[in-house]
Amino acid sequence: MNQAALQLEEQYAQKFAKAKKAHRTKSLLKGLLFLLPSIILFSVFLFYPLFKTIYLSFFLTDSSGATTVYVGLNNYINIFTSPLFVKSFQVTFLFVLYTVPGTILVSLFLAILANEKLKGIGIFRTIFSSTMGISVAAASVFWMFLFHPSIGWLNQILAVFGIDAIGWLTDPNSALISVAISTIWMNTGFTFLILLGGLQSIDSYLYESADIDGASYFYKLRRITIPMLSPTLFFVITVSFISAFQTFGQVDMLTRGGPQNETNVIVYSIYQDAFMNYQHGVASAQAVVLFVIILILTLIQFKLGEKKVHYQ
Amino acid sequence: MNLVKMQELAKSYDNQYNVLDGINLEIEQGEFFVLVGPSGSGKSTLLRMIAGLEDISGGILKINDKVVNHLQPKDRNLSMVFQNYALYPHLTVEQNILFGLQAKKVSKQEQQQRLTETAEMMGLSELLKRKPKQLSGGQRQRVALARSVVSHAPLCLMDEPLSNLDAKLRAHMRIEIRRLQKKLGLTMIYVTHDQVEAMTMGDRIMVLNDGKIQQVGDPITLYNQPANLFVASFIGSPKINLGKAVVQGQQLLIEDSIHIPISSSLLSRLTEHQDLTVGIRAEHLLNGKENRNAHSLEVINVEQLGNETLLTFEVGSQIWTAKWLGQWKVSVGDMVPINISIDHISFFSTKTTELIKPATITTTEQEEVIV
Repeated sequence: MNQAALQLEEQYAQKFAKAKKAHRTKSLLKGLLFLLPSIILFSVFLFYPLFKTIYLSFFLTDSSGATTVYVGLNNYINIFTSPLFVKSFQVTFLFVLYTVPGTILVSLFLAILANEKLKGIGIFRTIFSSTMGISVAAASVFWMFLFHPSIGWLNQILAVFGIDAIGWLTDPNSALISVAISTIWMNTGFTFLILLGGLQSIDSYLYESADIDGASYFYKLRRITIPMLSPTLFFVITVSFISAFQTFGQVDMLTRGGPQNETNVIVYSIYQDAFMNYQHGVASAQAVVLFVIILILTLIQFKLGEKKVHYQ
Repeated sequence: MNLVKMQELAKSYDNQYNVLDGINLEIEQGEFFVLVGPSGSGKSTLLRMIAGLEDISGGILKINDKVVNHLQPKDRNLSMVFQNYALYPHLTVEQNILFGLQAKKVSKQEQQQRLTETAEMMGLSELLKRKPKQLSGGQRQRVALARSVVSHAPLCLMDEPLSNLDAKLRAHMRIEIRRLQKKLGLTMIYVTHDQVEAMTMGDRIMVLNDGKIQQVGDPITLYNQPANLFVASFIGSPKINLGKAVVQGQQLLIEDSIHIPISSSLLSRLTEHQDLTVGIRAEHLLNGKENRNAHSLEVINVEQLGNETLLTFEVGSQIWTAKWLGQWKVSVGDMVPINISIDHISFFSTKTTELIKPATITTTEQEEVIV
């Protein structure tokens, strides 16, 4: 009697397990079906190129990009011993150093200004975020005119104050800074918009309570606004950081890597090696190195930043 | 001595719609004053005007005999507790409590002294290093109170501070806030939409509706002599029973279904009014078992509350509720004898909604008042 009951229970348990398993498989398949468009897109445009690049970095290629000779790690050894690549390495880091803090500070300043409740503030918000809608190419052309040695506005303004003309894009000392300035201008719109959104999500009660407590404007800024904005700041810093490493368009338009390779950032160097010198293997090796650098720096940033960010 | 004085205070947006109008009010030192009204009545706006968070469109606001219309919130020497507590999520309890003192540059020594004192009083000593996120609702509420206490401001404003708590905790915090206010001698202006909170906590209550004062008075006066139909139906739970009434000969006819004989002296007072609305509290619809004049009504719902029983009847177009002490075995559909005494009925004018005559007897025979 007891034995029979136990057996029955076991049978039921098996049945349940089977049904559960069938249910799980079904929901997994359903999930995959929904993911299919993304999987296909990512595979074609991300995963395949990524693995192909890693694969190519171990080979020499002909001009069409077909592999010819397996060289192992030689491509990597070559780029790290090449003074040209070391130079682009330095240039890229300098460029990141100029643009990331520049963009964040300018955008934060504008966002705090535009967060005030004033009449017609919408106009300023539109203006401040408008660079987001301008393509890199259009912005570069615009800045090229500003930077023009003789007819550019910047030099004309300097002339009004009796300062000698600066070869903004032609002088090796100022070329990188000039490109950085135009990049800061281009990135400000997006960063401004994100930071403004972050500011507006801060509860107004916090400021009212501080008002009653008698806190000054800068006290509120330091003790409430900046800490409450930290998750947003962290996000924009990370995104600007990655995009600064990947800068290509404005360099190509404004300086073509010159003068004297002063603006030859890594991505531009990759482009030159791959599509001007037809050395796809070397270019791939550089791309892999850049990928690893960005990956490591972002991970470090997350490790350090997470402790200082106050998520609500 | 009155601490807060309002003269013809008004608030309007875009010079068009009056949110608040003609507010005349004096709040005494050490008083627990409650502003109560339904949502949208302007009670929070009035509180924010006192705090200085909203502009005053018209009238004069005085605190401590000084006109403060033009002063910044920080110069009005008051503290405020917000509905959602407005705790800084990135700061610890200690930093939250000290935020205001640091902003005012109070000396470190004094800060520490006030902190220990306040934390002990509010039972927060163990929690000083925690973030608001790690606290329960009641503890957050206490931190918000502590922030207000630590400022040593004589006037404390509270904007629905208990509405985010569950019922049990709310009842507990009601007592705690009341005790704190008495202990520190604070003048409190307390906004709530909950008439139970208003009745249980306030020394005086102001009922606000549509931006206008309906009545100001102590809780019992509001309950016994509501100035108009709005106050009558807003104060008291269960709601006061209302019904249209007409005088027919020597009788009062309520909702075309209940006849009550009235005395000639009362008759003369009522005849000048065309339309009457009568109100009778739930506890005054008595069990009329021993009375042959009792009205027989059909029970449509029964709520057992343990120590009392709520019975619901249909009277004409109205739903009336009776509150009987004790446990009664009554089921839906039963005919129950109800004794209605003319002395328990308040009379209102239907047209103006104003009170004509309050009930002459306000306590039930079951529970005599001990004076």
